Amino acid sequence: MSTVATAVRGEEAERTAPGRPRRRRRWTTLILPAYSWLIIAYLVFPIAIMIAYSFNKVTTGLPQVSFGWNGATMQWYRQWNGVPQLTTSFWLSVRLAVATTLFATVLGTLLALALVRYRPPRFRGRTAIEQVLFLNIAAPEIVLGASLLGLFVTINLARGFVTLLLAHVAFSIAYVAITVRARMSGFDRSLEEAALDLYANSWATFRKITLPLIMPGILAGALMAFAISIDDFVTSNFVSGASIPFPVYVYNATRIGIPPQVFVFGTAIFSVGIICALASIAISRRRT
Amino acid sequence: MEQPVLADHAGGVTSRRPRARLTKVLAPYLLSLPAGLWLLALFLIPLVTMLSLSLQTCNLGTGACVMTWHWAEFGQQLSLYHGQFLNSFYYAGAAALIDLVISYPIAYWIAFYGGSKKNFFLLMLLVPFFVSFVIRTVVWNFILSDNGFILGSLKHAHLLPQGFHVLSTGYAVVAGLAYNYLPFTALPLYVAIERIDKTVLDAAYDLYATRRAAFARVILPLTVPGLFAAFLLTFIPALGDYVNQQVLGGTSNTMIGTVIQNAFQTLDYAAGSTLSAMLLGVALIGIFAYARVLGSRTIDEYL
Repeated sequence: MSTVATAVRGEEAERTAPGRPRRRRRWTTLILPAYSWLIIAYLVFPIAIMIAYSFNKVTTGLPQVSFGWNGATMQWYRQWNGVPQLTTSFWLSVRLAVATTLFATVLGTLLALALVRYRPPRFRGRTAIEQVLFLNIAAPEIVLGASLLGLFVTINLARGFVTLLLAHVAFSIAYVAITVRARMSGFDRSLEEAALDLYANSWATFRKITLPLIMPGILAGALMAFAISIDDFVTSNFVSGASIPFPVYVYNATRIGIPPQVFVFGTAIFSVGIICALASIAISRRRT
Repeated sequence: MEQPVLADHAGGVTSRRPRARLTKVLAPYLLSLPAGLWLLALFLIPLVTMLSLSLQTCNLGTGACVMTWHWAEFGQQLSLYHGQFLNSFYYAGAAALIDLVISYPIAYWIAFYGGSKKNFFLLMLLVPFFVSFVIRTVVWNFILSDNGFILGSLKHAHLLPQGFHVLSTGYAVVAGLAYNYLPFTALPLYVAIERIDKTVLDAAYDLYATRRAAFARVILPLTVPGLFAAFLLTFIPALGDYVNQQVLGGTSNTMIGTVIQNAFQTLDYAAGSTLSAMLLGVALIGIFAYARVLGSRTIDEYL
């Protein structure tokens, strides 16, 4: 009887307590955080394996990564450029990503400016452009890569760095434009009007007021373009020809055996990327 | 005395105005021109050309193609490769569903309880993207390999039969797709949950809703558009993927992406274009169905 009574009282207390019932707090303090960390561990797990395998000894004599763990070595870091083709394709990917970032950031930012500031009566075709951007992102990449290959074959353009750059900029513009536009949505136009009232011409206003304010958005867009370009495989595989970017090299190597240096480069790209990202989080935290 | 000054002033304005006005009128078009031209030349025109190629009949001898609205090619390709299309649907669909189930709780937790560490946790969701897509898939091949450190040690301990394997089965492909595309699901879900007005929840509690009721009758319905958006944003890229299938799967579970890739590699542009058109068609049907059913909100709000 008494247990029933306390149970009832407990339930009553729960009902009358304002806001969140106490019984379920366990969910938010224990189960959900534990689950979330488990998922994060799952996401990090293959990366940890990649880093570990970049230190794995090779016992077979062939310069290939093996499944088994043969003990740690720094050999592959010392001989990081021991596979000339791999090194070439890595630097090709870096140059390609830098060039893509420059083009895509400029074009995408200008487009984002147009999309944020002007609406249909003054900017006919705005909806059409937005739909094109969306289609560009949503369409399966294999379709875009195949259509670009068709174009380059039709106009007889030799496949190489130029075709790679044309293709990479084409699929990066939409990501840059959408990222920059999202960061610009809270932009206060009255600041620009103030500058114009103070006799700044429109170029000075843009350079001194607009640009510094939208700079975080532009940087985010640029990082996005760089990341997408350096990691792109599907389109690159269609349009690369004889100059082979890093992801295409790795894919081709899966058939013949992957040199351990691939994991060294993978670890390097990962480390640089994650350090940049953590730094940007730290900076944005200090600002707020 | 004032009259001439005013006139002079007015004259100055009229002489400068037409140009200023013209640039002002043209501004949106000038700003969007470079990107617009790039996308027109290197996205829209190639896409439309390829799609029209799938409806043309080509003379194999001369290589000349004529538009004949040749729909028969679609039926022919479909009868040849319906198995691969079905595989793609199964694997991409299964991966997208698994991702929805896996990432909903973590997106919910970050959106509601992430606090000041929100950005850090979002970065953790994106962490796979810092490693090349192909390398990630290759590493999964290592992890799941027959004598790798997981299956190998389980077999060694006689917890699994010796002949047991995961690689070159559909399960391996789904596992790879689910891992590689998880951020595509988790981030739109986070956006959808984050957007929920917290006062609506307080209202539910004020009306004596339990946590479970508040979740089932307030949070979940409000995130339904986000759930569908997340599903599509995962399903569509996974549908055309061939890297996971090539690295993790075997010959019995070929997806349509592999067929398209092979068609272009063997210079069979007609078949490749037709299959690409069908793949794109499926993606567009999904997107339009989304827009029709969930009307007011468009899918690109979750990008």
